[in-house]
Amino acid sequence: MTTTSSTYTPSTDTFSAVLSRNAAPSRPGALAASLTFGWRAVLKIKHVPEQLFDVTAFPIIMTLMFTYLFGGALAGSTSEYLQFFLPGIMVTSVVMITMYTGVGLNTDIEKGVFDRFRTLPVWRPAALVGMIFGDVLRYILAATTIMVVGLILGFRPDGGVMGVIGGIALLVVFSFAFSWIWTMFGLLLRSEKSVMGVSMLVLFPLTFLSNVFVEPSTMPGWLQAFVKVNPITHLVSAIRSIMAGDPDMPEIMWTLLASAVLVIVFGAVTMRLYNRK
Amino acid sequence: MAGMNPPAIETTGLVKTFGDNRAVDGVDLTVPAGTVYGLLGPNGAGKTTVVRMLATLLRPDGGTARVFGHDVVREADAVRSRVSLTGQYASVDEDLTGTENLVLLGRLLGHGKRAARDRSAQLLAAFGLTEAADRQVKKYSGGMRRRIDIAASILNTPDLLFLDEPTTGLDPRSRNQVWDIIRIVVANGTTVLLTTQYLDEADQLAGRIAVIDHGRVIAEGTPGELKSSIGAGTVHVRLRDAAQRPAAERVLAEELGTAVQLEADPVALTARADGSSQGAAAQASRALARLADAGIVVDDFSLGQPSLDEVFLALTSSTTQAVSA
Repeated sequence: MTTTSSTYTPSTDTFSAVLSRNAAPSRPGALAASLTFGWRAVLKIKHVPEQLFDVTAFPIIMTLMFTYLFGGALAGSTSEYLQFFLPGIMVTSVVMITMYTGVGLNTDIEKGVFDRFRTLPVWRPAALVGMIFGDVLRYILAATTIMVVGLILGFRPDGGVMGVIGGIALLVVFSFAFSWIWTMFGLLLRSEKSVMGVSMLVLFPLTFLSNVFVEPSTMPGWLQAFVKVNPITHLVSAIRSIMAGDPDMPEIMWTLLASAVLVIVFGAVTMRLYNRK
Repeated sequence: MAGMNPPAIETTGLVKTFGDNRAVDGVDLTVPAGTVYGLLGPNGAGKTTVVRMLATLLRPDGGTARVFGHDVVREADAVRSRVSLTGQYASVDEDLTGTENLVLLGRLLGHGKRAARDRSAQLLAAFGLTEAADRQVKKYSGGMRRRIDIAASILNTPDLLFLDEPTTGLDPRSRNQVWDIIRIVVANGTTVLLTTQYLDEADQLAGRIAVIDHGRVIAEGTPGELKSSIGAGTVHVRLRDAAQRPAAERVLAEELGTAVQLEADPVALTARADGSSQGAAAQASRALARLADAGIVVDDFSLGQPSLDEVFLALTSSTTQAVSA
């Protein structure tokens, strides 16, 4: 059937095929619904591949820039510095990318898509969980990109392939949990610009006031105190240890615990806002 | 109440406030199942807020609302499984294609992969969008967008469909297409709650209308009842010469016994015929004869039922007076 917009006439015959008074099929489970929403995120990447620029070009630039900027001054040579620095810049880049979860959610709400999702009789958090599932793919892509750049520049992890995969896995788990902060802000704030602004305000101190760039022992005492409680510091220590082939269990447990707390606290606040919006 | 079907919508004293603004201020509605019910009102009257509460998107601050007997707050899930919403703005994902949007929703509504694809193809065909199936929705025209939006809303045929200003911003042809679709969906047994600021739209589609202004229902009834509530008919007169308008105004006022309205068009006058003594038609024909006697040249003369526009203006101006008094 070929109908263009101008000649289209709705007909009772074609509609009788689509209108039915039969009972609707049974609703999908929580995981199925979340994965379907994740598929939506993948489709969006397919249609707007430019959005992958954030997760490829940005991390590459961060890695190159800081390696050559600080390498000579801080560790004597860039290849020395890279051994210390690469896990940290990977964490910084991926954690920074998590803010796009909030920006994306805010845009979706503005455009009215979420009104439809919220009137569907499915597990309520599915739309948000699925969205973050899609973002997890972006985190993996960004982490992999940085790892490849690092290996080309001379990063040699003693933990081997398993160490690298393990480190990336821990980073992805933490980033998934961290994303719930941004879903909260995405629902709370009015425009994507303000979401962006708040994200930067949180992310810059969190990533720079950590052990990513330099050893905390070189910092003044009050700053060391902050760096020690900063979850990014624990995450970086854990990933460094895993990639070095000598996993630091307390740091790994600390990171997993922090991830659980983030999901519980910010997931709950997010869902409360989502249901009330 | 065994054996009795609850109404599609029943609200009592529904209230929603945003800060100091009582957007919805005690709305009582009863919408019988199987009908089209129109919520008519200007922008900001509270129509969309009422719909959003009924569709479980907003929590009421006061009063109760039931959809097919289910409370919209306590039994939100039961409500969600029977209603569908087409919002004022496109509520499909404009980055995705028509097919992808419908398959996505089909999967979320519990259809298998194949069933969702089949259903999507059938819907696109019925809505005349087969050719646009693989195009991103952001590249659709306004009319096509509205159609994919309604298609998404009837993926599983809902028992109650909310259409929030379904034809705002559409050209006349697209508007007629949407009206035809609504009629077909209603004929199939779906109840429709339609909000609109277009009076002819409510007139065309709705069996009953509630006129809403400042968050309150100021009138309720069939389109005919609303029209007859402000008079039997309206006389529209167009003169050849604007200079004769004051004379024509005097004649009409004497003959019809009601206030004569001078239109923005300098040769046009409008007056209500109350039809009190001999009926509106007799009054109007006598008025026409007297205009001719007075030597006033009339190019156009008509007697019609008052339009809903006139009803609406009459109703809202009286509430404004009541509020300011």
